[in-house]
Amino acid sequence: MRLSPRHVWSVFVARNREFVRDRSALVWTLGFPFVLVFGFAFAFSDGTPDRHTVGVVAPPGTEQVEPVTGLDHVDHVAVHDLEAALERVQRHRLHMLVDPASGRYWVSDDSPTGYLLERALHGAAVDNPDWQRETVPGESIRYVDWLLPGLLGMNMMFTALFGVGFVIVRYRKNGVLRRLSATPLTAFEFLCGQLGSRLVILLATTTILFLGSHLLLGIPVHGSYLALLVIYALGAVCLIALGLTIAARTASEELAGGLLNLLTWPMMILSGVWFSTESLHPWLQQVAAVLPLTHLIDAARAVMLDGVGLLAVSHHLIVLILTAGVFLALGARLFRWD
Amino acid sequence: MTAPILEAEGLVKRFPGVVAVDGIDLALMPGTCLGLLGPNGAGKTTTVEMLEGVLRPDAGSIRFRGAPLDEHFRARAGIQFQRTALPDYMTVREALAMFASFYPRAADLDELAQLCALGEFLDRYCNRVSGGQRQRLLLAIALVNDPDIVFLDEPTTGLDPQSRRNFWDLVETIRARGKTVLLTTHYMEEAARLCSEVAIVDHGRIIAEGTPAELLSRHFGDSVVELPRADLGAGEVDLAGTRVDVGDRVEILTRDVRASLDALLRDGARLDRLRVRERTLEDLFLELTGRALRG
Repeated sequence: MRLSPRHVWSVFVARNREFVRDRSALVWTLGFPFVLVFGFAFAFSDGTPDRHTVGVVAPPGTEQVEPVTGLDHVDHVAVHDLEAALERVQRHRLHMLVDPASGRYWVSDDSPTGYLLERALHGAAVDNPDWQRETVPGESIRYVDWLLPGLLGMNMMFTALFGVGFVIVRYRKNGVLRRLSATPLTAFEFLCGQLGSRLVILLATTTILFLGSHLLLGIPVHGSYLALLVIYALGAVCLIALGLTIAARTASEELAGGLLNLLTWPMMILSGVWFSTESLHPWLQQVAAVLPLTHLIDAARAVMLDGVGLLAVSHHLIVLILTAGVFLALGARLFRWD
Repeated sequence: MTAPILEAEGLVKRFPGVVAVDGIDLALMPGTCLGLLGPNGAGKTTTVEMLEGVLRPDAGSIRFRGAPLDEHFRARAGIQFQRTALPDYMTVREALAMFASFYPRAADLDELAQLCALGEFLDRYCNRVSGGQRQRLLLAIALVNDPDIVFLDEPTTGLDPQSRRNFWDLVETIRARGKTVLLTTHYMEEAARLCSEVAIVDHGRIIAEGTPAELLSRHFGDSVVELPRADLGAGEVDLAGTRVDVGDRVEILTRDVRASLDALLRDGARLDRLRVRERTLEDLFLELTGRALRG
């Protein structure tokens, strides 16, 4: 297959110009995710939009526990693994953790709900006034800290799929592709230019969004920025390749829109943008495991929140690389100018 | 004898339920301008798109300078489609530069802009220019590789008379530079003015072919005397020709104009609104393709 860098560059530059000059799309691409991140930061400044949850350490096999706070509308759940439960307190998934056997309890300093539950615990436990407060190891992680990698991934998914898929279908419908097909430009060169342009746009908008949230909301990053960049770049290539495949043949914006929605909605719900995939039904977890966005978000979260390196998330990266390869080949193979 | 620059044999193209092109042979000599004429749906655009290498024929062969349509052809052909869009938010200048970058050899863009009179809107977005400007821009893009052969598919459809005449001048300038032109149109005036040869296409076949003068003399040896029906006299005499009623007018097709006029005078016809004219390509076109309305 012939590949002239000059041809690719021309397509790349033309597409970049189009994106930057289309003010309404630009404002939407950058503005909407900011509104989402900040909206969620304020709306759920204390944990997930779940009920208030207290973990009670219980012996293995025991699922029923005493409502230690004596409060209605508070979920008391049995926990068996103290380590794992502490991590959930750290992430505000549990607002308080109580071990009745040892008289100890844990709350996060940043959790107002935790504070209220702590007061209730002391009020209810007149017969046991010796509750010992323990510190939660590590930094507390707010919901918005946990949410950001997911929102970045979701935004990337929408801009990749719609930005590539829709634009190519529109080009095909209005005859831009047909005009290009009459020149020596090859389909492969055209697709490379589109991919390159969208990749740069995605990385630029994601960086702006990331830095804005990172600085203004103080969202922590425990791993390396370079590792994050590698993960998001791979995820972007994978999602763009998916968009190219969707747009390979159809000239109908309605059909393309339907297909894109069919892809984006399950990913938006199942890929762990809003809540952990662990809470999904087992067979939905299997579905989530084949969605590229799941791997992108899991890897990004591991780097940002747990501070791990690329090696620790290599299984996610391999899935992303393979998926990208398959869809790139498929998209290029199926592509028709007409 | 020179060889044709573009040659097609036995072109066939079927679409579901319709044979759009049903066995067309063509040969274009270098420097000529061939006009494909035909009513809507006759197969002109399908034919020209196969010749452009954009549409693959179901049968038949096309050769450019004796070779199949390949990369060399794409580099040496200039194409103006009937309907085409350019990317949004791209200026005229940028569009020219982008298309030029796709070709191994490009024309001088400043000169091209001057030739096609793009100067006043070079920095405007392509999709914000008027109809006439747009056709000139599309022609400029078709010429961006300094092509040997230029395809123009209904280039002046929808233009006002000024823009159309302006476009014709442009095509004549291009022809003067030795380029071969293949043009489709349903304006007979356009074909008569620009084309050295015409081929009339209907139902996917060529039904007449030759220079405009050849075609007219082959099909007609007569002239037309035309007047409103109300102006005819008693209608008692032989009009020395064939009478055809067209709406509220009467056309007398005659080989002897003097005899027909004498007859009308004798019959007491009014002559104020009478017109005598030669047969035109339009007459030929209507005669060959019929007067019934087409889709």
